[in-house]
Formats: sequence, structure tokens, C-alpha cells
Amino acid sequence: MNEFLTLMKSELVLTGIIFLLLFIKIGKGMKNESLLSLIQLLLLLNFIFSFFFNKEGNLFGDMFYTTPLIAFQKSILNLGVYLISLLCSDWLKKTQHLPEFFLLMLSALLGMFLMISSGNLLIFYLSLELATIPVAAMANFDLERKRSSEGAMKMILSSAFSSGILLFGISLIYGSTGSISLPAISQLLNGSPLQILAFVFVFTAFAFKLSIVPFHLWTADVYEGSPIAVTSFLSVISKGAVAFIFITVLYKVFTPMLEIWYWMIVILAIATMVIGNLFALRQQNIKRFLAFSSIAQVGFILVGISNADYLGIASVVYFVLIYVFSNLAAFGVAAVIAEKTGKENIDDYKGLYKTNPFLTWIMALALFSLAGIPPTAGFFGKLFLLTAGGARAEYWFILVAALNMIISLYYYLRVVRAMFMDKNDNPVEPVKTAPVVKMALIICGGGIVLVGLLSWIFEYIKTLQY
Amino acid sequence: MNLLLLIGAPLLTALAVLLSRNKQQVKWISLAGSAVQLALAFALLFAFRQERAAGNNAQMLFEQHYKLFESLNINFHFGVDGISVAMILLTSFVVIAGVLVSWNVEKMTKEFYFLLLLLGLGAYGFFISLDLFILFFFLEISVIPKYLLIGIWGSGKKEYSANKLALMLMGGSALILVGMLGLYFTTGYSFDIMTLSKANIPAATQNLLFPLLFVGFGVFTALFPLHTWVPDGHSSAPTAGSMFLAGISMKLGGYGCLRVATYLLPEGAKEYANIIIVLSAIAILYGAFATMMQKDLKYINAYSSVSHVGFSLLGIGMLTQTAITGALMQMVSHGVMTALFFAVIGMVYDRTHTRMVAEMGGLMKMMPFIATVFFIVGLCSLGLPGFSGFVAEMTVFMGSWQNDDAFHRIATIAAAMSIVVTAVYILRATGKTMMGPVVNAEHLQLGDAKWNEKLAAIILVAGIVAIGIAPGWLNDLLKPAAEEIMNRIAGK
Repeated sequence: MNEFLTLMKSELVLTGIIFLLLFIKIGKGMKNESLLSLIQLLLLLNFIFSFFFNKEGNLFGDMFYTTPLIAFQKSILNLGVYLISLLCSDWLKKTQHLPEFFLLMLSALLGMFLMISSGNLLIFYLSLELATIPVAAMANFDLERKRSSEGAMKMILSSAFSSGILLFGISLIYGSTGSISLPAISQLLNGSPLQILAFVFVFTAFAFKLSIVPFHLWTADVYEGSPIAVTSFLSVISKGAVAFIFITVLYKVFTPMLEIWYWMIVILAIATMVIGNLFALRQQNIKRFLAFSSIAQVGFILVGISNADYLGIASVVYFVLIYVFSNLAAFGVAAVIAEKTGKENIDDYKGLYKTNPFLTWIMALALFSLAGIPPTAGFFGKLFLLTAGGARAEYWFILVAALNMIISLYYYLRVVRAMFMDKNDNPVEPVKTAPVVKMALIICGGGIVLVGLLSWIFEYIKTLQY
Repeated sequence: MNLLLLIGAPLLTALAVLLSRNKQQVKWISLAGSAVQLALAFALLFAFRQERAAGNNAQMLFEQHYKLFESLNINFHFGVDGISVAMILLTSFVVIAGVLVSWNVEKMTKEFYFLLLLLGLGAYGFFISLDLFILFFFLEISVIPKYLLIGIWGSGKKEYSANKLALMLMGGSALILVGMLGLYFTTGYSFDIMTLSKANIPAATQNLLFPLLFVGFGVFTALFPLHTWVPDGHSSAPTAGSMFLAGISMKLGGYGCLRVATYLLPEGAKEYANIIIVLSAIAILYGAFATMMQKDLKYINAYSSVSHVGFSLLGIGMLTQTAITGALMQMVSHGVMTALFFAVIGMVYDRTHTRMVAEMGGLMKMMPFIATVFFIVGLCSLGLPGFSGFVAEMTVFMGSWQNDDAFHRIATIAAAMSIVVTAVYILRATGKTMMGPVVNAEHLQLGDAKWNEKLAAIILVAGIVAIGIAPGWLNDLLKPAAEEIMNRIAGK
């Protein structure tokens, strides 16, 4: 019992918050503002609590396990959710169904926690569904906008499709190895054609979730249609969680197929970076723009994953942490401006610096971090991913990735240029940022600057037992 | 001496600028900060000479180690040899002059000075780093300031130029990054230049990595045919921006070509030396002839920079000790000279609001001080004895002549011929703008340089003359360091 409490404490705390929200919803209800403050407080406590009492071990006969690294991954996700609750508070205050929104979001988060910790293909499948279906409902949260429901529909269809493929892959694995326990499977895999087919199916499902090219087509529409709170959840939290479990599955389960998946990752990484970048070049809507740029970022994560060693894990976890700060800062600024003025196009950002210097600097910092330019943390994140990817001395692969950084710099600079240099007769009027939002933006900005320079953070991730 | 001071001083200055309340404070804090940097650079020079005089012959002095990313073997490793000291001195000269000539910037003054100081910070950090990763970090740190300085405060097609510059330099960085990781993996996970310089790197790997590193750094220093960002970038940048770009940033590339590419990969350098020589000879001649065609003063200086910087690369490609010393002298000399040239052009432009040679004439009557400086810098550019340009180019030629085969001789002669062309365009530009009849009657109202401009010009002229009249001290600094590099190339 005691073990159950400590090992599953992240999940239990989250479940507790979910139930609390349910009771509040059933009861008389609170005003949106006070409820939001309460939720923010709970999420903050949840984030802080995620650093304490972390033990490693497994439960239910290897179905669930946790390690210090997994606990840290959960902390990153907690941090991201907390920041989203702060950054989007303008929008959240106005929604009619605030408790439901967080019910869905935290359920999805719970699903991600279970997914990262799963030691069994069944738990993995179930928790993946738990992490996906509520997000589709969230995507539909702008009830009056048609695009929002269109995005939700696209998302539910594509994830149902990928779930089907995943299940097929799982059943083939079970058929050929006779086990669904992850540690056992890695012993039983022998690289027979059937297992390779099964692996391809499992891989495809992951590719859908991570929007790896060519399985990325749902991403842009869903991102554009959803409210920004959901878009940022999808592009940061979901992506991060799936990347974490993807690494585990590749490194721990499919180790016997290393040669096969290495080349798959290399090819897909190149395709993802190139295509994501090329599409991002032409976007006008800031959400769509960030959607495609996040596809390209996943390509860079794949470069790190190709390492197949502990450096790969450390660099990816580190990058996701930086990515949380950078991408959420960009989405946060976009959310503030979209909520106050309804403007979502890059052209609307022209001349932003004159009217909103604070928002502009945060946005610029975020974009430079995403582009990987020092002194921001993104520089270190990208460089470590490339270092991890270069360990097999395939220098041409690193060169392709590095050249992609030039393309991505070009489109990130487009936004910077619009904000700082272009003239606009009708710029975004000075926006008053709420104190919470401002605080969250400053946290993000601080994270962008400090996570790179404080080297012990990376060293800490590197020491975590895997 | 503690080298961290060289990073700390600009950093503190930049932070103080951010906290200051009005434009006056911003300017005076920047000036005080850059004066401190200048003083520190001189202190470093004296401390360095003292150590050497006391018989300390270690390759790097004042070495400092701090752990950073320990598990990846990425550490702060600082240290200076003669080359670094000379470059730091150059940086501090250009920084203070740049701060002084920007005194009249009214648009977003605080941001302007902040970015300018950040650019200087990157250069200081770059020159004292002995760890490739940190070196690369400081090289890249200047991307944002350069881009914003040109894009916001520039003139002409500034957005285009800013984009072109940022992307081309990023392309160079991408190549450097791959080369750097290649070194890291082939030498058993080390970024430390001192460790790498003792490593035995197989010739095949050297031949693979050398072009990446050399071309990567070469983009920064206008290696032909990757020089195309130079004319646009320099001419669109604000005055101080052009000074920093040509005076400091291009030297980062030259320093990298020598310290990283050539020093760490000597076999690769030998393999590709002839290509470097051909490319730099083309750059020298092409730059000179292209300058002849220019009508805009900034373009004239930008193209002539391509030509002058070519001498540095030519010296490196010649792979003799004298030529490399000359290449380094040319870097320092060109840095000071071109900064001064851009400063003077900026002063003229501030008054006449034109940079077209044809629209100016007889300015000497109205602005004798500026005209004098213009003459001095022009004469230095065409290599008149007594100024820095002559000493540097002469050393490069002497070093080049030490290779006694036909190929090297022809390349040297071709490069030397450019001096004639330089004389043509310099004399034409100075004669047309400063002497002769006044073209535009409105120009008769114009005044001469103000105190800040005079001070900036005097500081830089002092630099030129100090190298030109007494080149010995610079030679003493650079020669032993060049010798170390030659030893590695000769395989000793």
C-alpha cells in the first residue's frame, strides 16, 4: 500500500485534483476567476510536489514502473501545464466551461503520465488513448467557431486511425513473441520479418502522434482551429510526452532492431526537418506558422533520438524542457494578442515593438531560442541534439540538420523583422497584460535565458538513472 | 590578469545600459564602459609583455578553467597568446570609437547601445576562448545584434541586407558546427583547442574536416565567392554597425581560419593551400576592380574590405611563418583602418546626407578635420609607408615570396598588382569628395567634426600610426604565436 502511494504519487495527486474539480462542477460552482486562481494554485503545488518523494520501482507485476528520469519528465509536463494555465488565463476566464476544460486537460495529462510509466503494451495503449481523446474534445472548445470543430474532427479521425495501426502492431508483436510486457519483449525479439512489420506499425502510430512527415498532415489544421491554449498543449505537452515514451520503446524494447530503426529515424528526421521548414516558410497565420515550425523541431528531436544511447535521452529531455519554455512563450504572446485584438497573422505583428516592447522581446527571445541562437537555451538544446546525432560519425546527417537550421532561422527572422523593422499604419494597440500572464511570460523568458547557461540542469538530467 | 574581466566589463556595461533611465545616461555609461575595456586591453598587453619578458614561454598565458557541461567535456577554458592580445586590443579600439561616433543616435538609443556592447562582448569572448564549443557560442552570440542593428538602424535596403547577412553567417556557422563535431568525435570527445592541437588526427579526416571549418569561418571573413553579404551588409548598417562588422566581425573569421582550421588540421591546410591562394588572389583582384566601379562611399569601402581581407587569407594560404605573421598584422591593421574609414564616411554622411561620390566635392573647406582623417585613412588603405597597411601587406608579400615556385610567385605578383588599382580608386574618391570645387552650394553651411567624432578619429588614427611607425611591438606579439602554428604545420 505504501509503495503504491509513493510510486504512483504523481498520478494520484492528479486524480485528486480531477475529482476536486468534478465536485466543484457538481456543486454550486464558483466564479471563473476564483476557480482559475484555485486551479493555478493547485497546479503550482502539483508541480512543486513532483520533485519530492520520488522513488523508483514497479507495480502490478511490471505493468507500471517509475524511475528518477521518468519523475523528472513528469515534472516537465507539470510545469508546462502550469504555464499554460497562466498564459492563457485571459481566454480561460471567458470560457463557459472552465472546470470541464481542466478536467479534460488533466485527464489527458494523467494519460501521459501513465503512458510514460507503462511497462506493458496494454497499459501503454490504454493510456495513449486517455491522452488523446480528451485533447480532441478540447480542440473543439471554441464552441462557436466552425474551424474548431473541424480541427477536433480531424484530430479524432487521425488518432483513431493511428490507434488502429498501433493495435495491429501490438497484436502482431504479441503473436510473434507471446508477451505484452515491454522488458520481456525485448528479450524475445529476433528480427523476423513479421516482427519488423509489427515494428513498422508501432512506429507509424508514434509518427502520427509526433507528426513526423509524412504523417503530419493533420497537424496544421488542428493547430489552427483549436484555441491557443489547446494548440500549445498539443504542440508542447503532447509532443514531449510522446517523445519520452518513443525513446523508451525504441531504446529498451526494439534494441535488437537498432540497425533498422536507426536508418528509419535518419530518413524521417531529414524529411521532417525539410518539409516542416519548407511549409513554415509560407505560413501567414501565427498558429499555423508555429505548428509547422514545431514539426521541424520534432525533426531535430529525431536527430537526437538517433543516438541510441544515454546522450540521446538526456539531450531529448533537455531539449523538451527548453522547448516548453520557448514554445509556450511564443504561444503565450500570440494568445495575449489574439485574445485582446483578435489578430493572428504575422502581418499584424508589424510594428509591434513600438506599441508592445515587452511582448516583442519575449517573442523575439522565444523565436531565437527556437532557432537555436545563443545566448538562449535553444542553442544548447539544438547543439546537444546534433552532438547526440553525430555520435555515429554520419557527418552528412548532421550537416543536413545544421543546414536546416538556416532555413528555420529565415522564417523565424520573418516574424522578428515584422515586429522590429516593418512599418505599419495600424499596429496592434498597446495591450495590457494581466499580472499572472506577465509573470508567466517572465518565467518563460527567464527559462529561455537560464536553462542553457546553468549547466547543472543538463548535468542533472544526465545523471538521472534511466 | 583575470581574463574574465574582459567578458565581465562589457556584460556589466550592457546591463547597466539596460537599467539606465535616459539617453544621456546610456551614452555616458557606454562610453565609460568602453573606456574601461580599452584600459583592460592595455593592461592585458602590458601584463602579457611582462610575463614574456620574465621568461614565461608557455604557449597560452593567464589560462583559466571552469567546468561547464562536464559530462560532455565542454568547459570554459580561457587563455591568450600574442594573437589574442592583438585582437583584443583591436576590439577595444573599435568598440570605444563605435560608441563615440554613435553619439547622435536618437532612435531607440538604449537598445542600440545594448546591442552594440553585446557585439563587443561576443568578440572578446571569442578571442579568449580555448574551447571550441565556447568559441562557437561567442561567435554565434553576435547574430542577433548584427541582424537587429542593420535591420532597425540601417539605411537603404536594410531588411534585405540584414537577412542576407544573418543567413549567410548562419550557413558558415552550420559548416563550423559540423567540422567542430567532427573534431570532437575523432579525438575522443574533446573541444579543447590545446588538447586537439596535440591530437593525432588522421590525414583523411583532416582533409574532410578542413574545408568545413575553413569555409565556415571563411564566410565570416569574406572568402571568395562567399563574400556577397559584405557589400550589402556593410553599406546598409549604421556607422557603428559597419565599423564593428568590418573591424571586428570579419576578424573573427580570419582568426578562426587560422586558429581552428589551419592550426588544428595542418595536413588539411597543406592539402587545400593552393585553393585558398587562388581564391584569395581572386578576392584581392576582384575586390579591387569592383571597388573601381562603385559610386557610393560605403560600397567603396566594403568592396575594398573584400580586397584587403583577401591579403589575410592569402597569407594564411602561403603557410610560411612570415606570411602568417603578415596575415595577422593585416587583420589588425585592416580592422583599425576600415573602422576609421566607416567612421569618417559616417561623419560625412551625417552632414551631407549623401554617400554618392558624384554629389560631393570640396568638403575640405568646410570640414578640414574630417578631410584630414579621410586622407590619412585613404593613404593607409593604399599602403603608404608610415601607416599600418604598408607594414602588413609588405610582410604578407615577403612571406609569400619565400615559396619559390612559379605558382606562388604568380599569385603574389597578381595580388601585389591590386595595390595599383587601390591607389586609383582611393585617390579618385578622396580627390573628388574632399578637394576641387564645391558641388552642392548647401554644403557650404556644414560644420566640422564635433568632440566625440574627433576623439573617435584620433583614437583610431593613433592605432594606425602606432602600427605603421613602430611595427616592432606588434611583430613581437604575433611572431612567436605564428611560430607555434608553423611548428604544428611543419610537424615539429
